[in-house]
Amino acid sequence: MSETRYTDQHEWVRIDGDQATVGITKYAAEQLGDVVFVEVPETGRKIGAGGEAAVVESVKAASEVYAPIGGEVTAGNEALTADPAKVNADPEGEGWFFKLKIADKGELAKLMTQTQYDAFVKGL
Amino acid sequence: MRYLPLTPDDRSAMLAKIGARDIDALFRDVPKEAVVSRGVFDLPDTQGELQVERALSRMAARTTAAGAGPFFCGAGAYKHHVPAAVDHLIQRSEFLTSYTPYQPEIAQGTLQYLFEFQTQVALLTGMEVANASLYDGSTATAEAVLMAQRLTKRPKAILSGGLHPHYAETVETIATLSGEVVRTPVTPGQAEDIAALIDERTACVVVQSPDVFGLIRNLKPIADAAHAKGALLIAVVTEIVSLGLLESPGAQGADIVAAEGQSIGNGLNFGGPYVGLFATREKFLRQMPGRLCGETTDAAGKRGYVLTLSTREQHIRREKATSNICTNSGLCCLAFTIHLSLLGEEGLARLARTNHARASALADRLAKVKGVSLITPSFFNEFTLKLPKPAASVVDALVEKGVIAGVPASRLMPHESSARDLLIVAATETNTDEDCDVFVKALAEAMS
Repeated sequence: MSETRYTDQHEWVRIDGDQATVGITKYAAEQLGDVVFVEVPETGRKIGAGGEAAVVESVKAASEVYAPIGGEVTAGNEALTADPAKVNADPEGEGWFFKLKIADKGELAKLMTQTQYDAFVKGL
Repeated sequence: MRYLPLTPDDRSAMLAKIGARDIDALFRDVPKEAVVSRGVFDLPDTQGELQVERALSRMAARTTAAGAGPFFCGAGAYKHHVPAAVDHLIQRSEFLTSYTPYQPEIAQGTLQYLFEFQTQVALLTGMEVANASLYDGSTATAEAVLMAQRLTKRPKAILSGGLHPHYAETVETIATLSGEVVRTPVTPGQAEDIAALIDERTACVVVQSPDVFGLIRNLKPIADAAHAKGALLIAVVTEIVSLGLLESPGAQGADIVAAEGQSIGNGLNFGGPYVGLFATREKFLRQMPGRLCGETTDAAGKRGYVLTLSTREQHIRREKATSNICTNSGLCCLAFTIHLSLLGEEGLARLARTNHARASALADRLAKVKGVSLITPSFFNEFTLKLPKPAASVVDALVEKGVIAGVPASRLMPHESSARDLLIVAATETNTDEDCDVFVKALAEAMS
């Protein structure tokens, strides 16, 4: 049974055992506008919680995507390189950015649940 | 908005606030050897306009202008004929007075010439994309090194000993903090074995062709060696007219081309402003520094121009921009574009052939002078002579005979003992047969 958590930087992280899949939220994708470029991290890279992991660029802005929790990158979504528009079309599905092997599950406690994140976005 | 300069009271109050005794106290960390003493300029406090005019005229009269007689200096700055149409067109106020387009789409004329400039640079260098220019060739080279460090995530840049020393110094100044810069030994007239130095930490090798001694380098094997180790080849061109005749760096496998565009459209200008050319492969586009202009269609389907891929640039990317120290050389790049458009592809090739023919004929004659030998086996419009005495003294002697004979290599590399007797000579379409006769005769006299 997977579980999804959120950050205040508008990343989502889905947990399956010790595997985490990370992307940007629907809200973030809408704010960015049409995504034209994505740079995903290379497999094997170790990233700490809050570390810069990926880059996303739209026609009007560019920003970093941070790792919600620490771990070692097991996959980057290379499909986004060829078709960055997937981030807009399906931000929390096919538009995932990278997968991590989680270093410390304890870090999950600091992240928001779906309900908390929805309330957070409403307050922006 | 009113502009009121600070009063002495304002200054005192500000200094008191931060606890500084006087203005000089703010500069006390500047090393003593870097401080210019007040007496060094020895200028009067005030002088009337007439007096200033006379003083400056007297100083100007002591200068020998490049166009006044036989002139054979090159080494990174070349004297070519710039058609009068170029100066006339760039002085139109629409071009001359316009600053960088902050609302780019309404400046379609500016964007169009930038787009055409980029197209010309890409075609000349044999690359897929070019930006809208940088300051000059040396800073373009430094930007190329930074870009290679970002692309490869490796620290080391290996600079060929044949790279113009001013370019090497600029790279060292700008790129040392982001990585490591090493130079290979200087081997005048010969290609060093730079491929053997490439290791797993090497981001790029930087090779100039024709090099500072005029030697044409074969870039292909260097590109192959770099690529085999996961490094990039940065090709540097200081005499862009050479690409009217030589195989382009792109065709030889270069990943980034950094070049000086002064030779086309621009005068010697006392060393600047010049125009840096920068081109690369499409796959590296996102890491390219500088402004980029693109062609598109408007809502009515008509052709138009925009600034594109701006997310690389500082106004959006801030400290993570591909460069926070570059700009484009608008007017110089316009002059380049107009001159190259006037020349056309065939005109450029013809100009290049004329340059090479003139330099070849001159080199043959100078090499016959007793004691003088030609050390550059393969060159475009510039070559290096080995003289039986220090080249700087020979240049001084020839100035007395009205000939500016070239650039003594010792001027560029004062600590290089092998360079002391070397004279770097350039010949372009501006040198007449009489110029060459005078030079050959004067050199023969100086050697006897």
